[in-house]
Amino acid sequence: MTATRARAYRQAVPRLWWLRRRSYLLFMLRELSCVFVAWAVLFLLLLLKAVGNGHVDYQRFLDWAAKPWVIAVNVLALAFLVFHSVTWFNLAPKAMVVRVPKQMLALAPKAIVRRLPEGRVPGWLIVAQNYVAWVFVAAIVAGLVMRSGS
Amino acid sequence: MADTITLLVTRYRPDTEAEPTVAEYEVPLRKDWAVLDGLNHVKDQLDGTLSYRWSCRMGICGSCGMTVNGEPRLSCATFLTEFAPGPVRVEPLANFPIVRDLVVDIDDFLRKLPTVKPWIVRHVDWVEDGEYLQTPDEQSAYQQYSMCINCMLCYSACPVYGVDPDFLGPAAIALAQRYNLDSRDHGAADRLDVLVHPEGVWGCTFVGECTRACPKGVDPAGAIQRYKLTAAMRSVRALLLPWGAR
Repeated sequence: MTATRARAYRQAVPRLWWLRRRSYLLFMLRELSCVFVAWAVLFLLLLLKAVGNGHVDYQRFLDWAAKPWVIAVNVLALAFLVFHSVTWFNLAPKAMVVRVPKQMLALAPKAIVRRLPEGRVPGWLIVAQNYVAWVFVAAIVAGLVMRSGS
Repeated sequence: MADTITLLVTRYRPDTEAEPTVAEYEVPLRKDWAVLDGLNHVKDQLDGTLSYRWSCRMGICGSCGMTVNGEPRLSCATFLTEFAPGPVRVEPLANFPIVRDLVVDIDDFLRKLPTVKPWIVRHVDWVEDGEYLQTPDEQSAYQQYSMCINCMLCYSACPVYGVDPDFLGPAAIALAQRYNLDSRDHGAADRLDVLVHPEGVWGCTFVGECTRACPKGVDPAGAIQRYKLTAAMRSVRALLLPWGAR
């Protein structure tokens, strides 16, 4: 038994295993997106520091931010951040199982109850709530920025 | 439709070969033949030395998991016609050491499984109280996870397990959740340490391939993400209410 075990063939994982399947590649891109999240945080901190330091520093920051390579990095970062957020939101129904309380199910119309498998809130509704919250927060931030700009 | 199909089967004979090779077999292509039927034909008619595991032929025993055309599949539930005109590559499950031909060594999983105590744990047990009753709702809370047949397709599909063999893995965590969510069980706290270990749920980076590979609809990826939330909530509660009961 031991002799056989010693000769068991260990299958090596190829270095480029993540190119073998679309889902593996998307997963690696999602992991990579954390670098761009860090970049976005750094960019925001630099912006805040420049604003705090006064007009001259702020103008210098704007000139730097308008350089083609910074714009290119920021466009790429935006794409990765959107990808990061969307995959994160889509994860939510996997992690949460929300059940409608029995008393509420008893009161709800049959047509709705039929759409709740085993009394569970469907995944798409949990994802949708995330998007609604996202739009809501984005609207508040946009409102604040535009009001202070005018 | 042609009346035969070619199987390209991985062979590994540890006593004579240093690494696996591929053998070609021509088997009848029939509408009702699964890959496993093709292998049985090889074993019965063409080459009796071919080794592989199988038992029930109906997707219950979980023995006949193999890599078919690059995907982890149950060979009894994967029909040859899906791959016509062929050829069909039949390889052992990825991420496990090959013992011989299509037989892999799953001892690693068998060592890990008991660490999550996949049985009903009772701290107080009164036989005279009779059986433990359960409502259909309480049963449906864990039913899905109880469908696991330990076929190892999820481990084979999981790149995290491939890269880091210490990872507890999808099926073991799904089975831990099967008992954690059982109303008759008191063992959630006993399973906590193994599950919140860095090689437990936090080893999972949610590739999601385990769920796609699962032939029984168990959704191990979902089980792991749910437990991450449970563990995180527990940590937050412990931080906010340090004197609260565990």
